[in-house]
Formats: sequence, C-alpha cells, structure tokens
Amino acid sequence: MDIATLVQILDSTLRLATPLLFACLAGLVSERAGIFDIGLEGKLLIAAFFSAAYAHYSGSAWVGLGAGVLASVVFALLHGVASITFRGNQLISGVAINFLAAGMTVVVAQSWFRQGGRTPSLTGDARFQRLELPFAEALRDVPLVGQVYSQILSGHSILVYLGLAMVPTVWYVLYRTRFGLRLRAVGENPAAVDTAGVSVVGLRYIAVIIAGVLCGIGGAYLATSLSAGFVKDMSAGRGFIALAAMIFAKWRPWHALGAVLLFGMLEAVANRYPSLDLGFVVLPGQFMAALPYILTVVILAGFVGRAIPPRAGGAPYVKER
Amino acid sequence: MSARAMPRWADVTLVPLISLILAFGLSALVILAIGEDPVRATQLMVTGALGSSYGWGYTLYYTTNFLFTGLAVSIAFQARLFNIGGEGQAMLGGLGVAMVALFIPWPNWWLALIAAIAAAGLAGAAWAAIPAWLQARRGSHIVITTIMFNFIAFSLLNYILSHVLRPPTSMDPATARFDNTLRLPRLADVLEPLGIEFSRSGPANVTLFVALAACVLVWALLWRTRLGFEIRAFGESHPAAHYAGISGVKIVMVVMLISGALAGMMAVNSVMGGPQRLVMNAVEGAGFIGIAVALMGRSHPIGIIPAALLFGFLFQGGSELAIETRIPREMIVIIQALVIMFTGALDNMVRRPLEALFLAFRGRA
Repeated sequence: MDIATLVQILDSTLRLATPLLFACLAGLVSERAGIFDIGLEGKLLIAAFFSAAYAHYSGSAWVGLGAGVLASVVFALLHGVASITFRGNQLISGVAINFLAAGMTVVVAQSWFRQGGRTPSLTGDARFQRLELPFAEALRDVPLVGQVYSQILSGHSILVYLGLAMVPTVWYVLYRTRFGLRLRAVGENPAAVDTAGVSVVGLRYIAVIIAGVLCGIGGAYLATSLSAGFVKDMSAGRGFIALAAMIFAKWRPWHALGAVLLFGMLEAVANRYPSLDLGFVVLPGQFMAALPYILTVVILAGFVGRAIPPRAGGAPYVKER
Repeated sequence: MSARAMPRWADVTLVPLISLILAFGLSALVILAIGEDPVRATQLMVTGALGSSYGWGYTLYYTTNFLFTGLAVSIAFQARLFNIGGEGQAMLGGLGVAMVALFIPWPNWWLALIAAIAAAGLAGAAWAAIPAWLQARRGSHIVITTIMFNFIAFSLLNYILSHVLRPPTSMDPATARFDNTLRLPRLADVLEPLGIEFSRSGPANVTLFVALAACVLVWALLWRTRLGFEIRAFGESHPAAHYAGISGVKIVMVVMLISGALAGMMAVNSVMGGPQRLVMNAVEGAGFIGIAVALMGRSHPIGIIPAALLFGFLFQGGSELAIETRIPREMIVIIQALVIMFTGALDNMVRRPLEALFLAFRGRA
C-alpha cells in the first residue's frame, strides 16, 4: 500500500466516521441519562430523508439540516413520551421507531417525488460543500504534518468539523458542568437526583432531545454531505454500528471518537478493498462488514475490558408513593 | 395491581384491540396525507389477501412464517427475555435447510421435511446459543448481542451464498434449486382430496400445520410442564425464581435455545416451501414482525395465531396495494411499527384509561 492510498483511506475514514460519531454521541448522552436508545438508526434515517427533501425544495443545505434535526427531534420526543411519560419498554419503543422511520421515509418519498423511494439528486448549495481549512494549500508540500493537514483533515464538509467539535463539547458538558453531573446521576441513581429536588423527568427529556438533535445532524450529513440525496434505507445499519461504538467506548466521549474512527476505517478499507489480502489469509469483504459487530460482542462478553452500562439504564423511574 | 383493576378478558382482548384501532387509525391518516383513499385501500387489501384462494395461499404462507417467529419472541418474553435476533436465527435456519436439502438425496418429501425441521431448529438454536450464554454467564445484554448477531448472520449468509453455495454458472448469491422430490405439498394438494378447491399458485404448504402444532406444543410446554412453570416463574420474578431453587442460567439457556430453534424453523417454510432455494432475502423481515405478533398476541402461544394471521393478511394485502395504488409496500412497515409502539411501548397509555373505566364501573355496581 502506497502513501497515496493510505491518505485516501484515512480521508474517507474521517468522512465515514462522522455519521457514526453523531449517532454515537447521541446514544451516549441518552444512555448516560438512563434511557436506552436503540432507535438511533431510525432517527438517522428520518433526518436523512427530511434534510434531503427540504434541501431539494429550498436549494439550501442549511434548511435541509434544520428540517432533518426537527424530524429527528420529533422521533426522539416520541421515544421520550413512550419511555419516560408512559414508562413503556425503551427497547420496544426503539424498535418501533426504527420501523416507523424505515416505512415513513419510503412512503413519503414516493408520494412527494415518485422516484421509487428516493429524493432527486442534490446539486450546488443544496449540499454542504467541501471546506478548505486555512493554509491547507500552502502546507500541501510539507512532509507528513502538511500532508495530514491538507489532504486528510482539510477539504471536508463543515459538519465533519462540527462532529469533531462535539466530542470535547459533550465531554465538557457531561464532566465539567452541574447539568452534566445531574445527567450522569440520573442514569445511575435517579432516586438520589429526585431527593435533591431535581426533576428526573425533565433531565431525561432534555437528554432525549439532545440525542434527537445529534442524530438529526448525523442524518442530514448522510444525505446532504456524504451522498447527494436520500435513497431508501440509506442509514444501512449505521445507527447500530454507532450503538456498538458507544458500548466499545464504554459510554465515554473521547473513547467514542476512537471507536467511530476505528469502525469508520473498517468501512473505508472494505470500500477500497472488496477482499483484503493479508498475505497469509484473505479476508472477505463480508468479514470486514461484520467486524464492528464481532468486536462489540467480544467487548460485551467482558473478556477484554468489561463494558458496564449506566446502572439505571432502561428502567423507568417511579417516584415512591 | 393491573390484574385486579381489569378482568382478564379485557386485558387479553380490549387492550390489543384498542391498540390495533389506534395503529390503523394513524395509518389511515398517513394514507390520507399522501392523497390516497384509506377506505379503498382497505377494500383492496381485503380482496387481495382474503378475497380468493389465490390470496389466501399467500396470506397463509406469510402467516406460517410469522407463527414461527412470533412463537420465538413469545417464549422469550415469557422468561422476560427480549430476543430481537429472530432475523439472524432464521437466516441460519435457512442455511440448515439448504444443507439438508442440497447434499442428502431424500427419497420423499416428508422425510426431508422432518430433517429440514431438525436442521433449521438446530442451526437457529446454535445461533441463539452464544448470546444466550453471554447473557446467562457474563451478563451481556441479550438485546444488544442479538442485534449484533443479526448483522453477523447477514454477513455470514452473504459470504456463504456468494462464495460457497452459489452454483458456478449463476451470478446472484443464492443456492441451486432443490430437487423436485423435496417440493412440499401445497394447501391445494391437501385440500383437493377433501373436495375443497384451492388455488395451486399460492405457496402456502404443509409447514402451516407444523407451525400450528408448534403453537400447541409451546402452550403445553409453558402451562403443562415443570420446565414451563420454571420459565414463567423466572419471567415473573428473577429473585423469587432464584429463591425457589430455579437456575437462572438454565432457564435463560433453555428458553433462548427453544426460541432460536423456533425462529430457525421459519426457514422450512420460506426456503423449502417457497422458492425451493436459499436466497439472501429469505427471511424478509419476518424475524422483526415476530416482535409485533408476540406483542399483539400477549406472548401467548395460542394468542399469537390470530396476530400472525393479521400480519399475514397485512403482508399480502400490502403487496396487492403496491400493485393497485401508489401506496408503496412499505406502508405495512408503518403499520407494523405503530402496532409495536402501541401494544409494546405505549401499553400504559391504552391500559390506564381502560383500568380507570373498569374501576369506575365497579365502584358504581
């Protein structure tokens, strides 16, 4: 493998990791507050469709982003109503949300555009354009540092940088603010938070909405940056890979970045080499596709660094009467 | 508390019925919103799925799939385990069926059927065994592991179909067609000797009776055996079951193996009974529809029979709808999602007002 190929793979790693990153951070915030979220996939998908549709109608990727985030937040609130207000099963609610998105996007896309469940291709400002970082051109020929900066880090859509910025932001909010402390406490011991006079329901709703916003940006990125428009089932299991990354990272933001970069790289390598010849063994593409899930099961099994979820995760909070 | 607030008949009929009405009502709104007529859509679905023996042939074929996957989810629910991996277990079941059907020269269909049931069940159970063991011994959340195993199964099946079992002359990832002696008798073959005329083109076959027998067997297992009692006790309360000397590890393993086997057996219908070869999309999401079926049927092996029939009707009616109108097939995915939402996650929303109503009436009496 030469340098040019390596640069290409790392470049697409960053692009492919971004939707995973948004969804992974969304799941992380939600689960840290004690709300299991296996509906990440559905929220990505519904946001991808509505962002593509409105970007097409308005010609502006930003309008698309707004519509995508709104759609994702509506789905997040549905999850909130079911799992917080009505104390329903959070896993079942997540499953329902995934199917609702899978069905809804195709039915609405067919009714609006009549192109077999897709939106028209987005061109020009309806997509997020590549952003050249400052001095990227000047540093192009500096060995290593310049190459990494101008060929791998530079030249992505603004949402990629937003995603990278979300990692320290989520970390700061969770670990350095009062709100973050309460949010983490509500996922570990909601009764203690309640005793302290802070609303468990309120905190959990905020967490669910944050998850909705993050998934919304991730979905909009899928349809208006990574691709040029919406196609049926375009989230293609990314919500579940993000879920895997979240467990892999043990619900910690910086580790989440590492996990999504690893899983993004697996996808990038699989795209570049349909079957990977390691010299002594040829890995088929299907193995590369399954690797994130296999790694997650290994981590879940707890033989290498046990993953322990937030203690109150999945359990509705019932005030003592 | 809920058991006393409402008579049992209301719990098993009214709650699912109201949930269903809510789900259908919202679906009708969606159909209206995309500029179609929900009344005409319903008529098309009913005539398409139930109006002819041709339609019934497909409706009952899908029903057979959903009976197996619904049973698989139900028995896991009885032990308060959520097996979301029916999809992957059914894919592996398909591999089991294909192995038996491709590599052993069977003298007749019924010997092959028995072998296929065993192979599909074994393969499905094997695929459920690892998540089950991880849950029982390592405490890894079974929902997450079974989701991961669905994706791993997809990749595995994709690899085996495109690199191992694909005939060299063919391009698409699928096995060769099975031998004609393995063709399972269809409903027409069964009903014609009885003097009932039935369309020969629908793929519903004898596996339907296997599925119905499985429902009765699972019912007997749950309510007429010691193991069934242990399963239900474990589902009611893990600590109480532990205190009564019931091994949680044993129950989780046994229940998940049975659940995986049932999901796997679905492939007998959808591989041997349907296209007579294993294709990538042999499961068609039936593993997930099993969740909706189990929720509607209140996780009861007999209760899921009408629920599976309902989804068989929706599945076949939905395809008719896609042909006759501009409503795409995915409409049934929305209905499925709403049914799961209302009967599963929003159960309390439906139940609480009903309970209040029953209490008010009782107060007056």
